[in-house]
Amino acid sequence: MAGLELLSDQGYRLDGRKATELRKVQARMGVFAQADGSAYLEQGNTKALAVVYGPHEMRGSRSRALHDRAVINCQYSMATFSTAERKRRPHGDRKSTEMSLHLKQTFEAAVMTQLFPRSQIDIYVKILQSDGGNYSVCVNAATLAVIDAGIPMRDYVCACTVGFVDETPLADLCYAEESGGVSSLALALLPRGGQIALVQMDARLHQDHLETLIEAAMTACKSVSKVLDEVVRQHLQEASVLSRE
Amino acid sequence: MLKSKTFVKKTRSGGVLKVVREHYLRDDIWCGSEVCTECKQDSTVLQRDACIESSLCPYPHYLVPDTNVVLHQIDVLEDPVIRNVIILQTVLQEVRHRSAPVYKRLKDIIHEQGRHFYTFTNEHHRETFIEREPGESANDQNDRAIRVAVKWYSQHLKTPESGPDGLKVVLLTNDQGNKLKAEETGVVVYKFDEYIKSLIGNPELVDCLALSNDDKNEITSSKVLFPEHLPLSKVQAGIKSGSFLQGTFRASRDNYLEATVFVQGEGEDSTEVLIQGLQNLNRAVHQDVVAVQLLPKNQWVAPSSVVLQDDGAAKDDNVDEDEEEKVLTGALTETARRATGKVVGIIKRNWRPFCGMLNVSQIKESTRHLFTPADRRIPRIRIETRQASTLAGQRIMVAIDGWPKDSRYPNGHFVRSLGAAGEKDTEEEVLLLEHDVPHQAFSQAVLSFLPKMPWSITPEDMAQRQDLRHLTVCSVDPPGCTDIDDALHCRELENGKLEVGVHIADVSHFIRPGNALDKEAANRGTTVYLCGKRIDMVPELLSSNLCSLRSNVERFAFSCIWEMNHKAEILKTRFTKSVINSKASLTYAEAQMRIDDANKNDDITESLRGLNKLAKILKKKRIENGALTLSSLEVRFHMDSETHDPIDLQTKELMETNSMVEEFMLLANISVAQKIYEEFPESALLRKHPAPPPSNYDILIKAAKSKNVMIHTDSAKALADSLDGAKVDGFQYFNTLLRILATRCMMQAVYFCSGMDSDFHHYGLASPIYTHFTSPIRRYADIIVHRLLAVAIGADGTYPDLMDKHKQSALCNNLNYRHKMSQYAQRSSVAFHTQLFFKTRGILNEKGFVLFVRKNAIIVLIPKFGLEGTVFFDSKDKASPNLVFDEEGPTLKVEQHTFHIFDQVKVTISLDDSNIQHQKIRMALIEPVIPGVSVPAPEAEPQAKKRKLDR
Repeated sequence: MAGLELLSDQGYRLDGRKATELRKVQARMGVFAQADGSAYLEQGNTKALAVVYGPHEMRGSRSRALHDRAVINCQYSMATFSTAERKRRPHGDRKSTEMSLHLKQTFEAAVMTQLFPRSQIDIYVKILQSDGGNYSVCVNAATLAVIDAGIPMRDYVCACTVGFVDETPLADLCYAEESGGVSSLALALLPRGGQIALVQMDARLHQDHLETLIEAAMTACKSVSKVLDEVVRQHLQEASVLSRE
Repeated sequence: MLKSKTFVKKTRSGGVLKVVREHYLRDDIWCGSEVCTECKQDSTVLQRDACIESSLCPYPHYLVPDTNVVLHQIDVLEDPVIRNVIILQTVLQEVRHRSAPVYKRLKDIIHEQGRHFYTFTNEHHRETFIEREPGESANDQNDRAIRVAVKWYSQHLKTPESGPDGLKVVLLTNDQGNKLKAEETGVVVYKFDEYIKSLIGNPELVDCLALSNDDKNEITSSKVLFPEHLPLSKVQAGIKSGSFLQGTFRASRDNYLEATVFVQGEGEDSTEVLIQGLQNLNRAVHQDVVAVQLLPKNQWVAPSSVVLQDDGAAKDDNVDEDEEEKVLTGALTETARRATGKVVGIIKRNWRPFCGMLNVSQIKESTRHLFTPADRRIPRIRIETRQASTLAGQRIMVAIDGWPKDSRYPNGHFVRSLGAAGEKDTEEEVLLLEHDVPHQAFSQAVLSFLPKMPWSITPEDMAQRQDLRHLTVCSVDPPGCTDIDDALHCRELENGKLEVGVHIADVSHFIRPGNALDKEAANRGTTVYLCGKRIDMVPELLSSNLCSLRSNVERFAFSCIWEMNHKAEILKTRFTKSVINSKASLTYAEAQMRIDDANKNDDITESLRGLNKLAKILKKKRIENGALTLSSLEVRFHMDSETHDPIDLQTKELMETNSMVEEFMLLANISVAQKIYEEFPESALLRKHPAPPPSNYDILIKAAKSKNVMIHTDSAKALADSLDGAKVDGFQYFNTLLRILATRCMMQAVYFCSGMDSDFHHYGLASPIYTHFTSPIRRYADIIVHRLLAVAIGADGTYPDLMDKHKQSALCNNLNYRHKMSQYAQRSSVAFHTQLFFKTRGILNEKGFVLFVRKNAIIVLIPKFGLEGTVFFDSKDKASPNLVFDEEGPTLKVEQHTFHIFDQVKVTISLDDSNIQHQKIRMALIEPVIPGVSVPAPEAEPQAKKRKLDR
């Protein structure tokens, strides 16, 4: 039997989307009262929870403090029930550590850390259900949480994965597509200025295709940012109505 | 417009795994019909007046076939009469899952504009999506999905003004249950054969119908001839436990009751299992993947070396099998016994349409006839047709539908006719089809990528290339060659060194990666040369004009230029894209004449002499390194210019200039191979020639020993030396014969991708690395090598597929396959023309040499015609003489005379056309005279006739 047909001749993907269409994004901000900021975000079947503490004083060893900006501390973990087979180790494995590092780099580029010297910002992200594009969902969720915490950022950071099939870039891959042998690229973008916070790609890809792929990723990120913006405005409206009462 | 719905699916992969996938339903999937006013589609596929003349459906209608109809009746669907068909996504996916070849054919039809096939993505459409009901099987769900989609379509297309004779949607199915259920929901539904039989305008389509399950019992008698095949689950369990073996079934060409199953073991460890007898063969057809069970050791047999053909033209199902099987049981020596087994199940059928001829049934009114495929390894097929009288004497194509256990022959159906048998065009078509050579005219899409005529070199082109028009370049080729892809030059430099250039047509300049022209060329892989006909890899405008390095025109070339000293040592190598202007296109003979003519001293001749001198040194060096000089007889036909019939036959002669050109081509190929491997260690396309396993040489060593000559095969060098030293007094031809035998021992040279292999050695040329660079007009591999080299020297850009070693390696597989097939096609073409030649010659007698000795025959080579034939010593109508076969010699003792390899014999040659499908050259022995075996020499009359004819 042949493998899955990722893109049909009619231009539909496995789940019925077209090449440039994202999965359905749903999000809520301020889901936890104790944390400084929190958000829950679903992108199709990938679901993530992000919690932000800070900025606050350095905890643990003070020597890590930076005199001119805040330290961003990220921790990524996956719930044991997030995948089809139960995960043994929810965090601390190689993949999670790497993901934590990527998130840290992404947010160091976006958060205006120079406003909070000698302090620390903690971002905790947990994947509750995993169906491809974990990194981008985490970034999007964390962005909302950081905004909820009221920490100033240069812009939203929006992330999206894109894959490359039959000379066509596919936006926002689901797990079936990611595991179907597609070379995929993850990109985090500050949409207003079009600055790239992070690009990551492990697969081999010919350089001729790179540009189209990045182009597609940027378009996808911009559509994500529109959704996030709406969520933030919605949340603000609700919050202001509540406080007026 | 995006609705989301998730559903849960369980799949089995080791354990039970729960898979959750999203499934988006859309409201922007259009129906694709011209009639529709609701859908906001940009272009429509299905026509308004969708009329196929049918007595069942007098109104315009669209057809919706279900999965089984597509799978089994694809031959009918391929007919251009069938238009306006809706292929549902459900059907398409199931077809893809079940049969890759049918899927490909279906997709080809869908892509054909004039056919109006529309793919409807029903599973993502909001209104046609269905959820699986509890207890419903996947098949039932698919059937229901198809019915729902048809129902939706018929309601969707119903417009108030259409009335009862308006457009309808017709479901075609072969499943009775499905039909009933569809009728309940009010859908127009017909059985597929019902519908096809109702087509008034096209009764011939009925013959293409594959037999469905219900029809089977009518045809066959109730007697069960074959054991039941085991179900797949049992077969798989058996393979896992080791009681069955899985392998490819290879029918024997010579004996229809015998076959081998090639079991691919791990690594080198693969075995062959022998299968004998109809019962044990159990309906397996050549190339099927089957499961075999080994028989107990005491039932093992030896392969019979008798030749046996299924001659039962008049016989039917009730053949007396005992009689057939008797032939097989010969004397069994313990050593000759081999692993023997029987086929217990079929894992994958590998049926394709077969070319062949119809044996018209003796009963005049009968519509059932036997069909004999051209390939002897394929059993005869029973088909049902009403046009038997027109099809008799024609070459036709037939597909197998199935082989029930109570039928002696498989059942099949007629696909198409190729033309009258024996005619040259038909036979050529047959041999192209049988060898899977793509030979259709180039499509419009392909031709659109050709440069516009009149074509000329622009200043931009000149700026990117080195101008080598001033050099005295000339080409040397066989006579009549129009696709000249190489030219040479040689001149003395001021520093006393020699500059030698090989200029290769720059085909990659015209064929850009990824376009239709490139894809077509990649698929064809190679130009196929038949006698008097060439199946081009690239359109003629390129092959014979723009790329061909003809004399006195400016052409683009890819040049490889060396600086050499007079000892032919390379001092510098340089590659460049260039523009050249060839000064002369010579034939090998013309070039030879110029070199030999001491009076000629012009530039071209000087250049040729320089090249010739260097080539001799190069060749000497190469042979010292252990390169093999092998030999095979190649024949050339002189064709009549009007009828294109062969009028004379001649073995090709080799001249010094042949080897001169060859030396420089080899040198260029090696230089290029080094360069591209250096630049692209992962993705260079190279060519290797593996060393043959020592056992391959057994026959050669034995044969040489019989003449007291020792052949050493430890290394290529040893082999080359001992071949050179092998001489027998008074037998000049011995050395050539020995080299012909040595050629048969060799392995095939293959293309491969450097990133996927570690052994690069070219055994025959004794070169550590080799590739093909010098014939881009006729080989696709060379185009890839050109592109790689162009990137390496910065003359061109790279593209993704070029750097992808997996795609590269897939391409290599195709090239190797096409290359092999083209060689077979070429051989068959020569054989066919040889037959044509002997048809007009009557009976000839010629001298020949024994090349091989078999149990009941000797194989004789006629050097004059490069022809090989078999002289049989046993025949059906005569009592066979006393034959004693000795494997150690090998020798064959017939009555009093013993035949050894290399014996000189005299034979008569004639054409045996008693079987029009398999005309063959028949040889009979004249000398040595063996009473009762040899035939008297025919009178010299035919010779005289021939002379007359030629005048």
